[in-house]
Amino acid sequence: FLQYCLSGHPTLPCNVLKFKSTTIMLDCGLDMTSTLNFLPLPLVQSPRLSKLPGWVLKDGSTFLDKELKECSGHVFVDSVPEFCLPETELLDLSTVDVILISNYHCMMALPYITEYTGFTGTVYATEPTVQIGRLLMEELVNSIERVPKAQSASMWKNKEVQRLLPAPLKDAVEVSMWRKCYTMPEVNAALSKIQLVGYSQKIELFGAVQVTPLSSGYALGSSNWIIQSHYEKVSYVSGSSLLTTHPQPMDQASLKNSDVLILTGLTQIPTANPDGMVGEFCSNLAMTVRNGGNVLVPCYPSGVIYDLLECLYQYIDSAGLSNVPFYFISPVANSSLEFSQIFAEWLCHNKQTKVYLPEPPFPHAELIQTNKLKHYPSIHGDFSNDFKQPCVVFTGHPSLRFGDVVHFMELWGKSSLNTVIFTEPDFSYLDALAPYQPLAMKCVYCPIDTRLNFIQVSKLLKEVQVMNFLLP
Amino acid sequence: GAGQDVGRSCILVSIAGKNVMLDCGMHMGYNDDRRFPDFSYITQNGRLTDFLDCVIISHFHLDHCGALPYFSEMVGYDGPIYMTHPTKAICPILLEDYRKITVDKKGETNFFTSQMIKDCMKKVVAVHLHQTVQVDEELEIKAYYAGHVLGAAMFQIKVGCESVVYTGDYNMTPDRHLGAAWIDKCRPDLLISESTYATTIRDSKRCRERDFLKKVHETVERGGKVLIPVFALGRAQELCILLETFWERMNLKAPIYFSTGLTEKANHYYKLFITWTNQKIRKTFVQRNMFEFKHIKAFDRAFADNPGPMVVFATPGMLHAGQSLQIFRKWAGNEKNMVIMPGYCVQGTVGHKILSGQRKLEMEGRQILEVKMQVEYMSFSAHADAKGIMQLIRQAEPRSVLLVHGEAKKMEFLKQKIEQEFHVSCYMPANGETTTVLTNPCIPVDISLGLLKRETAIGPLPDAKKPKLMHGTLLMKDNSFRLVSPEQALKELGLAEHQLRFTCRVHIQDPRKEHETGLRVYNHLKGILKDYSVQHLPDGSITVESILIQATAHSEDQGTKVLLVSWTYQDEELGSYLTSLLKKGLPQSTP
Repeated sequence: FLQYCLSGHPTLPCNVLKFKSTTIMLDCGLDMTSTLNFLPLPLVQSPRLSKLPGWVLKDGSTFLDKELKECSGHVFVDSVPEFCLPETELLDLSTVDVILISNYHCMMALPYITEYTGFTGTVYATEPTVQIGRLLMEELVNSIERVPKAQSASMWKNKEVQRLLPAPLKDAVEVSMWRKCYTMPEVNAALSKIQLVGYSQKIELFGAVQVTPLSSGYALGSSNWIIQSHYEKVSYVSGSSLLTTHPQPMDQASLKNSDVLILTGLTQIPTANPDGMVGEFCSNLAMTVRNGGNVLVPCYPSGVIYDLLECLYQYIDSAGLSNVPFYFISPVANSSLEFSQIFAEWLCHNKQTKVYLPEPPFPHAELIQTNKLKHYPSIHGDFSNDFKQPCVVFTGHPSLRFGDVVHFMELWGKSSLNTVIFTEPDFSYLDALAPYQPLAMKCVYCPIDTRLNFIQVSKLLKEVQVMNFLLP
Repeated sequence: GAGQDVGRSCILVSIAGKNVMLDCGMHMGYNDDRRFPDFSYITQNGRLTDFLDCVIISHFHLDHCGALPYFSEMVGYDGPIYMTHPTKAICPILLEDYRKITVDKKGETNFFTSQMIKDCMKKVVAVHLHQTVQVDEELEIKAYYAGHVLGAAMFQIKVGCESVVYTGDYNMTPDRHLGAAWIDKCRPDLLISESTYATTIRDSKRCRERDFLKKVHETVERGGKVLIPVFALGRAQELCILLETFWERMNLKAPIYFSTGLTEKANHYYKLFITWTNQKIRKTFVQRNMFEFKHIKAFDRAFADNPGPMVVFATPGMLHAGQSLQIFRKWAGNEKNMVIMPGYCVQGTVGHKILSGQRKLEMEGRQILEVKMQVEYMSFSAHADAKGIMQLIRQAEPRSVLLVHGEAKKMEFLKQKIEQEFHVSCYMPANGETTTVLTNPCIPVDISLGLLKRETAIGPLPDAKKPKLMHGTLLMKDNSFRLVSPEQALKELGLAEHQLRFTCRVHIQDPRKEHETGLRVYNHLKGILKDYSVQHLPDGSITVESILIQATAHSEDQGTKVLLVSWTYQDEELGSYLTSLLKKGLPQSTP
């Protein structure tokens, strides 16, 4: 039994397990915090961004001023944003037999692994994971490809040069390994290597090992994995939640009596109670709109947004917001809303019961029907005709570096009436906002992270009685 | 039920001490006690729960689930009932519909109530496709996609290494809204397959569809009305998609109606469970949901008397009751009209009668109905045909096959074909008959750790991917099997060890002295058996491992030497190898 850890990010893991002469990769997360070092990609020519001064070294040399720009004391790379891949040098990834995916956020590096390392194995994931994972990838590729950038900065990556840069660029690790975004053909090729599995399905690997996905309660189709031989049992618990949101609850019973339990994807903000955060989210939103301001919610196109819409569905009438338009802007907005309604089998009990009636499991169907929620593929086209203020806009990307959110930051940043509410916990909101400073807009940080916290973990460990416990 | 018959599917399986009931259906052809399975086969007086470990429902058609509330609430069963999510969603609606027709329209009493349907559904556990459900410690079940209708599944029932696959109803060719049934090579001991179309090999679907559209089109063109009796869910959606696209393509204006009630709801289920439909619909549903029909509208009873052409889908599918029968009676007298039966009709139903050529029907109250309208039959039932059944058998590779859900004569034919082609036994029991299938259960044997360590130490290191031969003594004691070392076995059983030794004489032509012959043998063996310890002892004898070889002169012929080779039973392999080696003689050249 051997384990290699290929990702430095705590919630976007990538581990490799050698067990009974099979090599199993557990998750394939892509660390996107690297993009925070880049300038945002504006959809519409932004005079502010294009006028930013080039960065000049202390000795006055200006050879980097084309690549690096300065904004309110921070230095940003003016180039196509790049991502920090899982470590590919540590071991030969072509020897990986299978990749097990635990949820759609943890598969974003898949095309890099399946298309560039000589990987010939199979990837296992549940159907919602694949479908929504595809949507996330599509959105990512789309939001980067629609803003073609002429220059691709590389000079700053030179080790000698990087030493001279200010933090955090100076301290960024392995910048030479950072990669540009993949393309849609690569996404399709990667996804074609996935075999769909259902919860509690036993999958035999070479007759030596059996793997089984279990519900992890964190997102639609999210799973923990049991990897077992006849006499040993390894549990891989990644991104799990004990809270009741929309997905099927976590299956804890099947984790019992594991010889080893590998635990990743814990909450990054254990002090923020998700329920409290949702409450704060709603009240901040209501206050801003009542004062005539607009609300911007940078978010992923799937996941917490479903819960937020459900809360708002119950909240808007009592808060007197029934006339405020809600916009959801993403190239995959429509698909995401539609897909959420067809995975009844992967939803919590309450939502399943609704489908039996038959009614759509999520109330956003009604929000759309009553025209309270409108969705658009981008800010161009129909949206510009329908756009009314004050309003609430849900759009990506949470890093504020690409996607339609960049446009709204530029548009609304100057007025203190407006508010941006951060709900996704993956990016530091201060870092995300840095290239938009100085900013008059209000910023509220309501991170909603339903993953396990320390108290829940210790309770879980007591319940499942593991022999060894591993925190990579 | 369903033994040499179509209707009230209900099969009891006893496997390795576990009892499982497969389906719990009603019979469309009967209105008396025979409409439900006879549950007294399970037990005469005890509670059913004590005799059954679980009940599995394959899909929502009433001939597979129609008796469920009667079984669980009126006869009494509290154990788990397994079905897929769509089946769990749709089943209670069809049951309620069935109850309404029986109780409210026909006025029967002593039938299950709405509350009973609800209570019954509370006992249902929904399963995912391919999920391994552990019913108890030993019994596990697994669902496979069956295609037939939304949510239809085949089930594998497994205890230890014995297994049964029950297909329910299935379809091996993908259609306009569902995919094809699929199963892996799970090699069950028994495959229980439906055989509705045991003798039919259907022509291509495309031809059938073209034929259907042509007939509908012609009738509508000449101002006739088309009645298509269907069940609310299943073929109905398939034919709706077909007509919808045709109407759009040909820009037709004649109205298409779908009899009220279930339909809208039914289509909604298809929208929400779109993951159970075929690839194409799943791929395009975001842009255009195939179950949102533009040309098909809800039917009102008054529309039946409207002049002009129309197409009406009405329930139920076999013209045995309800709206389809009402409309049929209204339209039957006009030769311009047409009724298209898109599926199988059970004996005793009006559908079956008109399909078998009857044109004068006796209705309730001795009224005679003359059928002048055209009657067409088109097999759109999503059942596997003979080719499909054979294909499934090839996929699953069962050790035996049992046919249900079909007509005896047709089954007989298919049974012969299966036995010929696959050389497996094939059964077709009638209702109430029991078929026993012998299996080869695997028996686990515990090996003692000492023996395992000793045996793995010999020869190459163990490799997880290769089998390895081990020696030991099999002890059968107290209903358990153990593999132990011979010494331990002797000790445990209190037996004295008997040494078994083989001795063999090999004659060699060699005029030399005995000890020289011995030396030659030693050198010869030493040269060949490089991996063994070959020793020449001071007394002139030679040992290879524990095998002893002695050379003595022949008592009569000094030119012949006799080699005595002696080994114990445990060294049989090496001993016999040495003898055959020595029998070939020694090399000519002397060292």
